[in-house]
Amino acid sequence: MAILHTVNKSPFDKNSLEACVRLAVKGSSVLMIEDGVYGAMKGTVKSDVVTGAMGDVTFYVLGPDLKARGIGEDKLIDGVKVVDYSGFVNLTTENDKVQAWL
Amino acid sequence: MKLGIQINEGPYTHEASNTALNFCKAALEAGHEIFRVFFYHDGVNNGTRYTTPPQDDRHIVNSWSELAKENNIDLVVCVAAAQRRGIVDEGEQERNGKDGNNIAEGFRISGLGQLIEAGIQCDRLVVFGD
Repeated sequence: MAILHTVNKSPFDKNSLEACVRLAVKGSSVLMIEDGVYGAMKGTVKSDVVTGAMGDVTFYVLGPDLKARGIGEDKLIDGVKVVDYSGFVNLTTENDKVQAWL
Repeated sequence: MKLGIQINEGPYTHEASNTALNFCKAALEAGHEIFRVFFYHDGVNNGTRYTTPPQDDRHIVNSWSELAKENNIDLVVCVAAAQRRGIVDEGEQERNGKDGNNIAEGFRISGLGQLIEAGIQCDRLVVFGD
């Protein structure tokens, strides 16, 4: 059963991204939204959280929230996919369940 | 698909209410149905019509009211969370002997059963907030 996990807090603020990635089973999708988008940046002390799980989990990040924070797509970890709100909706319907890590 | 939305965070706190609004708009555009939006915990603060942001700021409460009106969306505020935070409709005003009410257009106050029902009726329940 495929699950979409949403993470809306920065990994520098909360441990929700780490908890989510630790428990997400193979084949899951993780979407970083709001301050969660900081987790998608490369070259930070938290980048390993995403890069370490990339083989098992597909990572997405919400484009409008990146833009609101001035984070260019060139700053993202390779392999993280950028989606807009319509992509968010598609991820919701393509997966069987949505789990928000608050 | 039938989608249910739960919002646990007030307007202007972080971003959850705005994210949920944008999500709902995108879902409606894609042809999905928003069965209900359930405002829980601090999320009930999205439902007061006394909200008066500066004129050049986004008006989150009115945005919900307008979206609900245009798309016939059921906006439900949790009664227990509302009582704690002073969100009152006419019925609650009378029941609790208050001197006024503040529920915004398109919102109604009801119980947790409405959230459970949304969980059962909807294909997906998407949660936003803290």
